[in-house]
Amino acid sequence: MKEPEIIPLSRVAKEPAEATPTIPATPRIPMMKTVVPQPGSEPHAVVGVASPSEIRNFLQAKSSGRIADGVFTGVMVLCALTIFAIVVLIIYVLVSHSQLSIKAFGWHFFATQTWDPVSGDFGALPFIYGTVVSSLLALLMAVPLALAVSIFLLDICPGVLRGPISFLTELLAAIPSVVYGLWGIFVLVPIIRDQAGPVLEKYLGWTGFFVEPNFGVSMFAASVILAIMIFPVISSISRDVMRAVPVNQREAVLALGATRWEMLRIGVLRNARMGIIGSVILGLGRALGETIAVTMVIGNHPGIVKNLFAPGYTLASVIANEFTEATGDLYLSALIEIGLALFLVTIVVNAIARLLVWAVVRQNEGGAH
Amino acid sequence: MSALPVRSRHVAGFVTLRRSVTNHLVTGVAIISTVLVLVPLVAILGYLLYKGASSLNLAFFTHVPVPIGVGGGGMANAIAGSAAILGLASLLGIPLGIGAGVYLAEYARGTWFGAAVRFTADVLNGVPSIVMGLSAYALIVARQQHFSGLAGSVALAIMMVPTVTRTTEEMLATVPNPVREAALGLGIPKWRTVLSISLRTASPGIITGCMLAFARVAGETAPLLFTAFGNQFWSFDLNQPIAALPLQIYVYALSPYDEWHRLAWAGALVLIVMIMVSVTLVRIFANRGALKGGH
Repeated sequence: MKEPEIIPLSRVAKEPAEATPTIPATPRIPMMKTVVPQPGSEPHAVVGVASPSEIRNFLQAKSSGRIADGVFTGVMVLCALTIFAIVVLIIYVLVSHSQLSIKAFGWHFFATQTWDPVSGDFGALPFIYGTVVSSLLALLMAVPLALAVSIFLLDICPGVLRGPISFLTELLAAIPSVVYGLWGIFVLVPIIRDQAGPVLEKYLGWTGFFVEPNFGVSMFAASVILAIMIFPVISSISRDVMRAVPVNQREAVLALGATRWEMLRIGVLRNARMGIIGSVILGLGRALGETIAVTMVIGNHPGIVKNLFAPGYTLASVIANEFTEATGDLYLSALIEIGLALFLVTIVVNAIARLLVWAVVRQNEGGAH
Repeated sequence: MSALPVRSRHVAGFVTLRRSVTNHLVTGVAIISTVLVLVPLVAILGYLLYKGASSLNLAFFTHVPVPIGVGGGGMANAIAGSAAILGLASLLGIPLGIGAGVYLAEYARGTWFGAAVRFTADVLNGVPSIVMGLSAYALIVARQQHFSGLAGSVALAIMMVPTVTRTTEEMLATVPNPVREAALGLGIPKWRTVLSISLRTASPGIITGCMLAFARVAGETAPLLFTAFGNQFWSFDLNQPIAALPLQIYVYALSPYDEWHRLAWAGALVLIVMIMVSVTLVRIFANRGALKGGH
């Protein structure tokens, strides 16, 4: 039985029961049988927030409330347990359906470059490379922007603009992946191919990252799309975290004569850094698993090349692109194993991020008042 | 400043110049970044509106897809299919999510088990949608040996659960305890208190959460790729492959035909409008539903 929530009431109600030790306490009132209120009955026996008075005990025992209460509690617990069950079930079906591939390739699966459905030789390394590079590149573009926008909205923005701008950035999060992909194909890819590509090649071609031929559909296009998509996540959570920093931290730094930037750097960013890192990791988790928009603009060609204008492939996009066409159990099984790997990686990444964000918000909640 | 000794004043002045330059620089960077972020947003929405509105016609809502070469055609079956899939997903996901949320807020506040459930829900929230699709495939499609709308609904329902759970919990937490105490004080059993008092008081917020979850999965394509699979014809049989709007947009966008591109843009606009309407409703609900006089 859980502890009563309303403490003062329960304390009051408990005392008489504890003060009458001579009457042997019946641990639980049998359902529907108790007609006379029993003064010594254990106060916790009745499902209720507050420990009940004797009269209420009596009334509740008369009614069928206890059966209903028990059933209701059971159903709610069941719902909560379902969440665990879902995670376990996902792991179970993914593992059982990828047995074939796990047995055939073992750990080499993640270190082999070949992806040859015809001869049945599978390795996930090019996809891991594609996922990691596109996600990190997206973070590189999105994080500075997201932090700058958070700072702008929190401390610089005039009050009139704050609502509309934050609403607009929230809208970015509401646009479905497939619409980003559509926009990517018909707007972003041509821009990268015809306008941005030549410029990047001219000035940064020497680095080896931006080399012609550039068909637009590329690792770079995927990173840009990803950056736009993860921006709202990082921005809104880092804003929450920065807002959670107690005001007196800001005031203290300002009182020392700091400028606004120094106040933000010393008073806010430093205090919120774990939470900001958490929001960045959360964005990373989103980027790692993003499927449709990436599949539409990345070019879907396995290979590990330094050139960002070359087409690539990610873990998620290979599943989306090849699963329905996959022939043969081993092929399917290899794709499901990729899904399993993606699942486990995102779970770990998200768990770390959540812990970091929680740590900051909880730590600052205490000091905020 | 004038109260300071001359030397300090000098130092202060010297430092202040550099510091104020940095300060203004950072301010400028922040403003430029915000503008930079708003550009793609406005570009996406504007272009979508322009392309979508010019491609949209009545046939889009009344006709099914036609083979390429034949003019016209629409996505009526995809809109209906989406509605069917989403309806079933909501039926499965929302009660489950609300139940788990009620458990977290009313029964497990402050317990380690509640914290574990909460944490699992948060982590589940971040699982990629394609993995949900794969799981539904392995769980249902592989067993039945055919694609089905049901599998798609299950995948979407699983994605809805964590969002609904967490908002329900947060909204129930805003219900003041005296309200509960008053109900219990009248001798109302706990389950009635939860249903008629706590849930009812928090209902605007909970509806908000459900609609957010709905809006989030309404645009999902990845979980439907190998569950609902898509269908060129009318079908309401959730045990068979069924068309869905995001799926249709995806297929049409990747096709080489201009006519299909046009339909993809129109579909994207319809999808966005659907989602925006629900998000806006959410805002209205959220503003109206904020519990007044809670203290």
